[in-house]
Amino acid sequence: MHARTDTSEQQTAVWPEEIYAVLQRYDVRQVPYVPDAGHSRLIERVLGSDTMRGIPLTTEEEGVALVAGAWAGGQRCALLMQSSGVGNCINMFSLIPLFRLPFFTIVTMRGEWGEFNHWQVPMGSTTQAVFELSGIRVMRAHHAGEVREVVEAGAAQAYNACTPTAVLLSQRLIGAKVFVK
Amino acid sequence: MSQTSLLANLLDRRAVVSTMLRDRKGIVAIGGLGASTNDMAAAGDHDRNLYLWGAMGGAVMMGLGLALAQPDVPVVVITGDGEMLMGIGSLATVGMQKPGNLSIVVLDNERYGETGGQTSHTSVAADLVGVAKACGIADSQAITTMAEVEGLVPKLHELKSGPRFANIKIDGANVDRILPMRDGTFIVNRIRGSLGFAPL
Repeated sequence: MHARTDTSEQQTAVWPEEIYAVLQRYDVRQVPYVPDAGHSRLIERVLGSDTMRGIPLTTEEEGVALVAGAWAGGQRCALLMQSSGVGNCINMFSLIPLFRLPFFTIVTMRGEWGEFNHWQVPMGSTTQAVFELSGIRVMRAHHAGEVREVVEAGAAQAYNACTPTAVLLSQRLIGAKVFVK
Repeated sequence: MSQTSLLANLLDRRAVVSTMLRDRKGIVAIGGLGASTNDMAAAGDHDRNLYLWGAMGGAVMMGLGLALAQPDVPVVVITGDGEMLMGIGSLATVGMQKPGNLSIVVLDNERYGETGGQTSHTSVAADLVGVAKACGIADSQAITTMAEVEGLVPKLHELKSGPRFANIKIDGANVDRILPMRDGTFIVNRIRGSLGFAPL
């Protein structure tokens, strides 16, 4: 286990930049998000982008509806959230099959590897099942070295094959938050 | 117009919506779940109508996504007080993005008309215009007359002066149920087609 702190490892990991490059290659234009520490570098990159618009949400379900509107207007989105936000989306996920949306989300996991805050555990434990019950295919990256290819495959599946897809970034990869010893 | 509306000087929802969508030009209109989407159908089907039959609370965010994707197209969200209340945080999200081409119009009858007319929060305390203003949507107004609706219409076509928000008090009369089409994929792809996007 390693801590999710501002260690040099967190600051120098290349995978946030690799995710950004994949989204850019797939011409993603709107990136709705509810912040998560694990997504922070990617969010900064998006907010500084000339081609993507980062859109902070008050709750994750807003992002699903935004994806629908953007698609009706001809643009692709990628929704960034943490596992606890997936539960907030459930009814709004209905739009994905109803509109046949090219839905793509990247989710940082909490409540699994080395978690200290058990309040994160219930939703973290059901995140994958919630996606699958909602008709969204789940892929997972466990290690930094596989993030690029998993996100690449997920994006291709979502945008080209029009198959709703969630990529989960394992807590083992992100690092567990440690507030108590 | 019903007797109640005459007494209370509340507006007729069908008259309001048909006035807003008259000579609509390029407007994309999004109708929130419930009677609002039926009002849009009653005003006449259009290939730029996005009818919602579910996804309660999502209408404003769909409008935002569309408005950001198509900054040269006016986007008008027409929804009810109950649907707006469920997505009330989206006003804060719109207030942060400030798309100039987005208008949000709430048809406020102070009740949940589709489920038996139970009173909503706007009947007692919730001031949606105040919420919209406080979320950074400076052009937010309360409308109680058809003259004010007529005054709103040209602003709906403006591309730079939004976002704007209007809360229109309507009567609670039940009107004929005029149902729009229900095939979501067709509805969305019809809008995409009208904006120049070929089928996948």
